[in-house]
Amino acid sequence: MIKYFQEIIEGAYTLAVGMGITFVRMFRRRVTLDYPYRSLTMTARYRGHIELKRDEATGQPKCVVCMACQKACPSNCIKLDGQKPEGAPRKVLTSYMLDFTTCSLCGLCVESCKFDALTFSHDYNLTSMRKEDYQTMDLLRRVGGAK
Amino acid sequence: MTEGMVMNLVRLLLYLVGMIGFAAFNAAYLTLLERKQASWMQLRRGPTEVGPWGLLQPVADGVKLMSKQLLLPRDVDVPLFLLGPIMVVVPPILCLVTIPFSETLVARNFNLGLLMIFAFGAISTFVLMLAGLASANKFSSIAAARIVAQNIAYEIPLLVIVLSLVMSTHSFNLHTIVDQQAGGFWHWNLLRLGTNPLMPVAFLIYFICLLAESNRAPFDMVEAESELVAGVFTEYSGMGFGLFFIAEYVNIVVGCCLATILFLGGWHCPFGLLPGLHWFLIKMYALCVMVVWVRWSFPRTQFYGLLNLSWKILIPLALANLLLTAVMLKLF
Repeated sequence: MIKYFQEIIEGAYTLAVGMGITFVRMFRRRVTLDYPYRSLTMTARYRGHIELKRDEATGQPKCVVCMACQKACPSNCIKLDGQKPEGAPRKVLTSYMLDFTTCSLCGLCVESCKFDALTFSHDYNLTSMRKEDYQTMDLLRRVGGAK
Repeated sequence: MTEGMVMNLVRLLLYLVGMIGFAAFNAAYLTLLERKQASWMQLRRGPTEVGPWGLLQPVADGVKLMSKQLLLPRDVDVPLFLLGPIMVVVPPILCLVTIPFSETLVARNFNLGLLMIFAFGAISTFVLMLAGLASANKFSSIAAARIVAQNIAYEIPLLVIVLSLVMSTHSFNLHTIVDQQAGGFWHWNLLRLGTNPLMPVAFLIYFICLLAESNRAPFDMVEAESELVAGVFTEYSGMGFGLFFIAEYVNIVVGCCLATILFLGGWHCPFGLLPGLHWFLIKMYALCVMVVWVRWSFPRTQFYGLLNLSWKILIPLALANLLLTAVMLKLF
């Protein structure tokens, strides 16, 4: 009989503790960020799609068209092309197409690049209604290089 | 037509318009309160987009529900299925007839008002059960079976508690019950320890039964969305579902009104100042906040836990309370 009442009182006490916890939380600071209006800056090591890097001195992409990234890609989603203009010391990139629909973001292309010309983008707001936008992502145009 | 008849008709019309408006307003804004309070407890912000601070969210929800098609599944029992949503909103609105909101604001003051409220309150159980069975859906059928077991189990302690209260107030008339509690919170039935030292326990039992009778979490076995999709409402769409939703909230409002009247002194101020409608509404909405608070604090119980609580704890306690009241009344 004592156990019966003990159980009731203990049960009621634990319920009160639970309600106390939720009551305190009602007045805590909200953690929600109003996403479309405000957003956090992405952390430095975020792996988005790959992006070409620009040479600050010339404003041109750092890429030397060595094709190492294209060979390293396990999903064959990188297609790049370049040509050597008259009198230029090295090849110049003319197109860099990424098929983001098959890219698995493994990062082998970034690792394979010996010229520090590739990096991960921090853009996580990609959206489009057309598949083609991501089947042929023109990275050269994104970086604002010569066309 | 005599003047009395005209007055009665006007009174009836005022009651219908006023109470349906009150019920609809409460149903709409209690959903907003529910969502806001739930999000505050979870450190979120809740609806913010529609109107300032999301205050117009219920309007948007209502428009959305009304713009949806009323689907009629193939195997349903058509007349019962269509009657369900209508019959489920009628009893709680009828219950509001005899609730005295203030000294003068009451649609119709009966001598047996309290009894009438419980009589109509019991109807919604049957309606929910019929709607569940008419849906020809296994989830609805399970929910219909559950609702009967649950509501029968919780109606007993509820009625026994109310019975012991009626024994000490000597009246079924809600107006009289409130009048007896005039002047300060120590006159409230909740703290009338002279007639029954277990009154606060009685209030707690009443509150638990209110949660179970209105099918609120942690006793929402009837809806149990993770087990039964939406229970009785599974096959209902659009405003058919909306009416069940409204009925659920109006039931809560009726339960909280009754708790205010029976235990918390109705329209009387806790300190004996300025009695009126505002005190009634403050107490009633404070109880509504409690109901929402409980919902978002505790997980859903299991079905045997629900029945154990009723048959093993609440009913014996309620009976002990009844006995104690009788003994106290005889002795003093």
